[in-house]
Amino acid sequence: MVSKNVTIVNAEGMHMRPAGMIAKLAKEHPDTEVTMKANGKDIKAKAIMQIMAAGIKKGTDVEIIANGGNEQAVLDEFVAMFEDGFGE
Amino acid sequence: MTTFKGKGVYGAIALGKISVFKRKEASVKRVHVDDIEAEKARLAAAKEESARQLSEIYEKALKEVGEANAQIFEIHMMMIEDDDYNESIQNIIETQSVNAEYAVAVTAENFAEMFASMDDAYMQARSADVKDISNRIIRNLAADDVDSGESDEKVIICADDLAPSETVLLDKDKVLAFVTAFGSSNSHTAILARNMNIPAIIGAGEDFLKAIHDGDFAGVDGYTGEIFIKPDDETTSRLKKKKKEDEDKKRLLQELKGKENVTLDGTKINIFANIGGVDHIGAVLANDAGGIGLFRSEFLYLESSDYPTEEQQFAAYKKVLESMAGKKVIIRTLDIGADKQVDYFNLDKEENPALGYRAIRICLTRPDIFKTQLRALYRASAFGNLGIMFPMITSVSELEKIKAICEEVKAELKADGVAFSDDVELGIMIETPAAAVISDRLAPMVDFFSVGTNDLTQYTLACDRQNSKLEEFVDTHHEAILRLIEMSAKNAHEHGAWIGICGELGADTTLTEAFLRMGIDELSVSPTFVLKVRDAVRNIDLSK
Repeated sequence: MVSKNVTIVNAEGMHMRPAGMIAKLAKEHPDTEVTMKANGKDIKAKAIMQIMAAGIKKGTDVEIIANGGNEQAVLDEFVAMFEDGFGE
Repeated sequence: MTTFKGKGVYGAIALGKISVFKRKEASVKRVHVDDIEAEKARLAAAKEESARQLSEIYEKALKEVGEANAQIFEIHMMMIEDDDYNESIQNIIETQSVNAEYAVAVTAENFAEMFASMDDAYMQARSADVKDISNRIIRNLAADDVDSGESDEKVIICADDLAPSETVLLDKDKVLAFVTAFGSSNSHTAILARNMNIPAIIGAGEDFLKAIHDGDFAGVDGYTGEIFIKPDDETTSRLKKKKKEDEDKKRLLQELKGKENVTLDGTKINIFANIGGVDHIGAVLANDAGGIGLFRSEFLYLESSDYPTEEQQFAAYKKVLESMAGKKVIIRTLDIGADKQVDYFNLDKEENPALGYRAIRICLTRPDIFKTQLRALYRASAFGNLGIMFPMITSVSELEKIKAICEEVKAELKADGVAFSDDVELGIMIETPAAAVISDRLAPMVDFFSVGTNDLTQYTLACDRQNSKLEEFVDTHHEAILRLIEMSAKNAHEHGAWIGICGELGADTTLTEAFLRMGIDELSVSPTFVLKVRDAVRNIDLSK
């Protein structure tokens, strides 16, 4: 299991588009279970509704945890996407 | 005649018959089922069909409104596949031995409620998305065909609200306009409508729904947000006239769109647009303006009941800059006072407000307000091509103070590690005779001038703009004004600055040639005049 902390940089937080991107990436790696810890909640990366419902705002610290499969590479991909502000 | 007013989300005029949008609102009944496996299989088939339909809608939207706006349907597809959503449906079927329709409806209700209870308007609007995908599954369970317009006649579609997928699926060859009782300009429907160029009004109110009947004649004015049911003759002929003008303008747009603002002898000029709110960006792009020459930031203050925060301002500025995709956007700092009053500023009543405590004078004496705005502007500068313009300048020392505050703001941002652009152009309004007369001193300190002809006229001719009795004394073509502009242009160019005109005179095509001869580099006009001015420029020959 590997993990890393990131901070949400998007002005509008993790709204629909980022949520879609996270869920999409998670589904591309079915062997690795990716979870995000934010505001004391565990959120599954492939669960788009959970991500949207978490309403994570700008400036929130999120711990990304990857477990199984090619976990380090998958984690790096997620971290890069967060740090890039989901291309916004 | 009955009139309703909502918010126009796309400006155009339509006259025609009303068609009340009928949704196959599959009424869901709770039914006991014995064969749970069969029910699950039925659900799986309906889900598969829903995903297929959504992918079709996505492809259609991709062609019609582009990837950014089509993405919603890709997300809808993912929502249909969501584990929590599906587990909830399956659970209800299994534990309660009920039909799939009921299980989907209950799940939709729960998820929609969860979004609706969030303290975020954007997320609240997402409950409509959950309902949209759920209704699709329910319709497919009932094996209902989606109705696609029975009549061949073009109609005005009227509805309570339209889901994004419903808007895209409308056969646009048969739609004249659409009007909804509810909905927000934040909704995907509004965004899609704008992109599809369908005259549209949202939020016409609940009473509107009671007043409409299939086949009634109606007029829709997407510019004012009005819908006239059974309009009287006068209204009908007025709308017909407006419709024709609108169409002529749009034809001109087709002819002139993408063409350069260049005179017959090859002199090029920028034609930008003046706007006073984020909502007007659509008009700027639709009229093919090369940039925004004057973005009045007052709306942020006027629409607010307290000082707008840095974050609120940043979000608005960023949106404008991003929407303009690298084209120049000149934002004018706060110009409150005179005819624009805001309660929470607690400004005193003045005998001569036009000559009073306003604009930059407020900013320089209350630097906290000014710095909040400048911080938001510089932060937004990382997202596009920003110019900042200061109003009501009369002296060199004012400009020195402003530039010092700008440097302070930039240093603070740098210390905070916040990104901003190094290429932000700074400019001033030339709207006082003083500024024009000392333009040789001001020009070396700025990147550009922008002439505000309305105030420049009022101050030069000593004629109050608000006093209608003075009309015969207000000669907007007065030689004194033209000389002040010419002098400012000469001084700007001598010191490597550029000069534009953002007042009403900029759109006066009887003066376009004179302005070009003075060397004016940019004319910034109301979006609807951009093409008229482009047309004028393209017919001028400066070599004669």
